[in-house]
Amino acid sequence: MAELDTSSEGHGKKKKGVRSKKVSTKIDMTPMVDLAFLLVTFFMLTTTFNKPNAMEVIMPEKPKPEDTASQTKVKASEAMTVIIAQRNRLFYYKGISESPVVEQTNYSANGLRKVLIDFDTETKAKQRAEGKKEVGPVILIKAIDDAQFGHVVDVLDEMKIAGIQRYAIVDITPEEKNMLPPVE
Amino acid sequence: MPKVKIPRKAISIDMTPMVDMAFLLVTFFMLTTKFAPDEPVKVENPKSTSQFKVPEKDKTTIIVANDGRVFFNFDGKYNRQTLIYQMGKKYDIDFSQDEINTFAVLGMMGVPMNEMRAYLDTDPEARKDFDQKGIPIDSINNELNYWIILSRAANPSSIIVIKADNMSQYGKVKRIIQILQDQNINRFSLITSEKSEPNAAPQP
Repeated sequence: MAELDTSSEGHGKKKKGVRSKKVSTKIDMTPMVDLAFLLVTFFMLTTTFNKPNAMEVIMPEKPKPEDTASQTKVKASEAMTVIIAQRNRLFYYKGISESPVVEQTNYSANGLRKVLIDFDTETKAKQRAEGKKEVGPVILIKAIDDAQFGHVVDVLDEMKIAGIQRYAIVDITPEEKNMLPPVE
Repeated sequence: MPKVKIPRKAISIDMTPMVDMAFLLVTFFMLTTKFAPDEPVKVENPKSTSQFKVPEKDKTTIIVANDGRVFFNFDGKYNRQTLIYQMGKKYDIDFSQDEINTFAVLGMMGVPMNEMRAYLDTDPEARKDFDQKGIPIDSINNELNYWIILSRAANPSSIIVIKADNMSQYGKVKRIIQILQDQNINRFSLITSEKSEPNAAPQP
C-alpha cells in the first residue's frame, strides 16, 4: 500500500517527467567579495589606532600642619624655579634668594631644555664633589593662572627629556608675579 | 611539423582563501572598532613625548574645555548607574529608572545638577544641542568634588585623568588639581597626544 515505488525507476518505462537540470553549484562570489573588501576598507579607515598617551603627575602631598618642621628644605644652590607666564613667555631663575635674577627663555630645544641640562650637569658635578648622592637639582614649576595649559605640559615634558628626577608643580607667589617683566 | 598544442587552462582562480581572509578582516575590524561617542566639546590635547597609553576602561576623566567649562566622564555602565543614583541622593533629586539608564550610556557631560534632569529627559537627538554650562567647580558650589568622591565610591579602582585643552587656562587646571588634592588624590594623569620629534639633545 504505502510502498515507495523505487524499483520501477531504472526499468524500461520511459519516464517523461521533468528532469531537473544539472545546475552548476558554483556561485558567482564577486559581488560578495566586493562588499567584503568595501567593509574592510571602511573599518580600516575608521579605526583609530593612535590612542592618546597619558602623562603621570604625582603632586607633592599636602603638608600637615603638625609636621612643617620635618619638611625637607631645598638647598638654594640646587633649586631652580621655572615660571610659565602668559603669551608664550617663559622665565627661570636659580636659587631661592629674595631678589633673584630672572631670565627669559623659550620652549625650543635650545631654550629651556639647554638650561635644564646645563643646570643638571652642574648640580650633579657639585654633588659629586661634595661626596653626596647625585640626585640632581630640584626644579619648581610655577605657572600663573592665565598661562596656557599646553605650556605646563611642555615644561613637564622637558623635565622628562632632560632627565630631571626631582620637580614639583607649585603655586606661584605674588612676589614672583611682580618680578616678571610686564607684557608689552 | 607537429603542432604544439597549448593546453587551454581555465582562467578562474579559486578565490575562497581570499574571501576567507577578507571576512576575517571584516570581523576583526568590526569587533575592534569603537565609534567615538558624541562629544559636546572638542578638546585638542597638548603634545608630549610620554609613551604611556591611557587605559581603555576604569577611568574617571575630567575634561577642561578651551573656554574653561569643565566636563566629567566616568567609565562603566553599572558604575555610572550607581554614580547617578548617589548623586541624585546627594542633591535630593529622585531620578527615575529611565533617567538612570539614560545616564548610564551617555559619555562625557557638563551639566550642573539642577539641570541634570532636564538634560536626561531631552530627546536623544536634541541632547546634542543642549546648552551644557559645565560642572561648577567654585568653592560655594563645588559639584565636581562630589562627582569625584562618589565616582571613587562607585569604582575604587578607577584612575583619574585630566584631559585639558592645549589652549585652556592653567588656572582652571590648577583649581581641579586643588580639588583632587583636597581629597588626598596626588596621583593622576594628564592626557596628551604623541609628539613626533623629541629631538633630545640641544644644539650647542
